[in-house]
Amino acid sequence: METIQKKAGEDTSELGLVQAAKGGDLEAFSELVKRYDRNIFRIAQHITHNEEDAQDVVQDAFLKAYQNLEQFQGNSKFYTWLVRIAVNEALMKLRKRRSDKTVSIDEDVETEEGTMPREVADWSPNPEQLYGQSELGDILKKTIQGLPPGFRTVFVLRDVEGLSTEETAEMLGLSIPAVKSRLLRARLQLRERLAKYFKSKRGGDGQP
Amino acid sequence: MIKCKEFLKELTDYLDGTISVSVREELEEHLHWCHECHVVMNTTKKTIEIYRDNQIFELPEPLRNKLHDAIISKCKHSKSGKTRSSS
Repeated sequence: METIQKKAGEDTSELGLVQAAKGGDLEAFSELVKRYDRNIFRIAQHITHNEEDAQDVVQDAFLKAYQNLEQFQGNSKFYTWLVRIAVNEALMKLRKRRSDKTVSIDEDVETEEGTMPREVADWSPNPEQLYGQSELGDILKKTIQGLPPGFRTVFVLRDVEGLSTEETAEMLGLSIPAVKSRLLRARLQLRERLAKYFKSKRGGDGQP
Repeated sequence: MIKCKEFLKELTDYLDGTISVSVREELEEHLHWCHECHVVMNTTKKTIEIYRDNQIFELPEPLRNKLHDAIISKCKHSKSGKTRSSS
């Protein structure tokens, strides 16, 4: 399994790569692609839930970044800037695919529904070990797919990709309280849905 | 003394550690006696960890190479076809 996770570039050589790429150095830009393509693909998959769309998003986002490098000022991280482009591309794809429904990142469902936990049984001590790797992957995919796009996007940027609340807010054009409220709901709803699989089953009904 | 509803409201900040000492103390006091909130807090934390540790949607290496080549080739064409400001 791939363990190399390059997160937002703290590496000082990154600016050098960006500068070189601005000057047309494709080798340098290729390095930047290799650094972040996995993250961009993951974010795109989470938002679009369609592998073909995610592949398009990866290509379009990097191409747009390359074409617009001149506009990158360097006052934010390159990665943050790139993710913003990718999120926009992914949302556009999602809207296209669901032309029947309005997909909006800023639809805020101001209800308390889904925030009061119903499932309060504790989980098994090592819930992940109840399932094989691929079965677990399927469970996680199915579970997160059920969330509204606005919720899962916030969850992915904050909790999976490790971006800050401020960065997430800026990328999605949301206020900080809106990001926090979406994150809370996303976390609670995922927890509620995962409980079905991970609940500790005492008294044994045969299956672990 | 805070109630479960108030605890939940602060849960995200609590888990992220972005909370003042005094609020944290109040929440921990609540956790001390409220088993349900304790379970909710723990399992929410676990939810985040599971998603963080089991990266779904990994980019398979052959596809990755294919995308990389396509990107670089598109970039090459995009710049050769337009005049670049070299300031």
